[in-house]
Amino acid sequence: MREELIIAGFGGQGIMFTGTLLSQAAMIEGKFVTYFPSYGAEVRGGTANCSVTIADTIIGSPVITSPDSLIILNKPSLDKFSPRLKKGGLLVLNSTLIEDEIKESNRQVVHIPATDIAEKIGQIKVANIVALGKYLAIRKIVSQESIFQALEALLTGKKKELLELNRKALAAGFEYQ
Amino acid sequence: MKKLMKGNEALGEGAIQAGCGAYFGYPITPQNELTEYMSRRMLEEKRVFIQSESELAAINMVFGASVAGARAMTSSSSPGVSLKQEGLSYMAGCELPGLVVNVQRGGPGLGNISGSQADYFQAVKGGGHGDYHLIVLTPGSVQEMYEMPALAFTLSEKYRTPAMILTDGILAQMQEPMEQVKIDSSRAGDRDWILDGCKGREPRKIRSLLMEEGALEAHNLHLQAKYDMIRKQEQRYQLINEQAEIMLVAYGISARVCYTAMQEANKKGSQIGLLRPLTVWPFPEKILQELAPKIKAFLVIELNAGQMIEDVKLAVNGKTPVHFYGRSGGGCVTPGEILREIEKI
Repeated sequence: MREELIIAGFGGQGIMFTGTLLSQAAMIEGKFVTYFPSYGAEVRGGTANCSVTIADTIIGSPVITSPDSLIILNKPSLDKFSPRLKKGGLLVLNSTLIEDEIKESNRQVVHIPATDIAEKIGQIKVANIVALGKYLAIRKIVSQESIFQALEALLTGKKKELLELNRKALAAGFEYQ
Repeated sequence: MKKLMKGNEALGEGAIQAGCGAYFGYPITPQNELTEYMSRRMLEEKRVFIQSESELAAINMVFGASVAGARAMTSSSSPGVSLKQEGLSYMAGCELPGLVVNVQRGGPGLGNISGSQADYFQAVKGGGHGDYHLIVLTPGSVQEMYEMPALAFTLSEKYRTPAMILTDGILAQMQEPMEQVKIDSSRAGDRDWILDGCKGREPRKIRSLLMEEGALEAHNLHLQAKYDMIRKQEQRYQLINEQAEIMLVAYGISARVCYTAMQEANKKGSQIGLLRPLTVWPFPEKILQELAPKIKAFLVIELNAGQMIEDVKLAVNGKTPVHFYGRSGGGCVTPGEILREIEKI
């Protein structure tokens, strides 16, 4: 098993947190995992992406050239990464911020209005977690139990109050049809 | 229990576990998480943390702390490490231990903030003035980022010469699970040179200015004898698939990409191996000399236009062809590119 995933969006959309969360869950399951962030000198509002590789053997380079999957939260990231997605790959995109209706014969494209769903839950900032939930529902790369455990491991101290919100966002992503 | 950690942070925690008593640093990407980590953790441990006014100040603070007997370190990225070269030359001349971390980024000049291996020459050939060497260690994983500071301090104290951990923006920024193994923090080497107050004994002198007739040459001969001993005793490397036809040679992040390429090639029936130097000074020349007559070719992979290849060629001494592939300016080699280069041989 080897899954190479790129998560991309605006700085501030929680791209790095999403990647770290998934990596934490993979580690909990005893899998090999690497996470590599990439951002320019930009701050909030700039582009941000991270690469997560999960495998059951040692991982060499953490840099991903042609991903197996993409979680894309905004339009500029779609334009940048979509051409690099493998044939047969999975593209999960945030249809609230990406209006393009994409259908492809050789790649699986899943539209989820992640930002709308997040807003209904009560916090627009968890759109990333909603999208991650949808991704995990399709690519069962880690179990739902592990990802909830990873949330608890990462949201500690003052951030503990965000736990319930993130749990709801994950669940909404899992359940979205 | 494993912990998910960033390379920069693992290096910081590793240094703390290794008994680092004083950290001095000035911010620069992509090593900022290290300085940030130390700013919190060193204070928690009631040790010294100073954000200096410049890189020059930081290396000279390491000089001062080392003279007084502390385990001291600084870290920076390429442009900042250039600024530290004067201090490193003085430390080598004064035979002072200490640790400098270089999280390499693209150059020359200010370059960019992407990972790079363009400072190899500077690190292993004596980046400052004078005829000296640093002991240079090259971690290849977050685990090694955690474990190598202890080795760097130990070697640095044993031989009384500054050590460098030469890493890059990719390894430093990436996260992967690591085991927080127990680190030996015992001090190495004699302490009969430290300036800790001379009440009741003869004063000691630490200096690099040796003006008396013949004194500097004698000092240089002493330094070179020491470097020879380090060359003999401290060459370190990892070798995978000794029986290979083609041996990849790479360190740090390049070695990780090589590992992936090697796996893919061998799955298709090729005989590819990987020699990963863990010290680039002293350079692991003995193993290269042993391998040279047994294999068809070496392929050196670096994130620069060809630097370590010179040391590989010196070691191989014309016995076996040595090929090169590299990317620079923040570009990172891919397994696909390496596979293409292998096919060309």
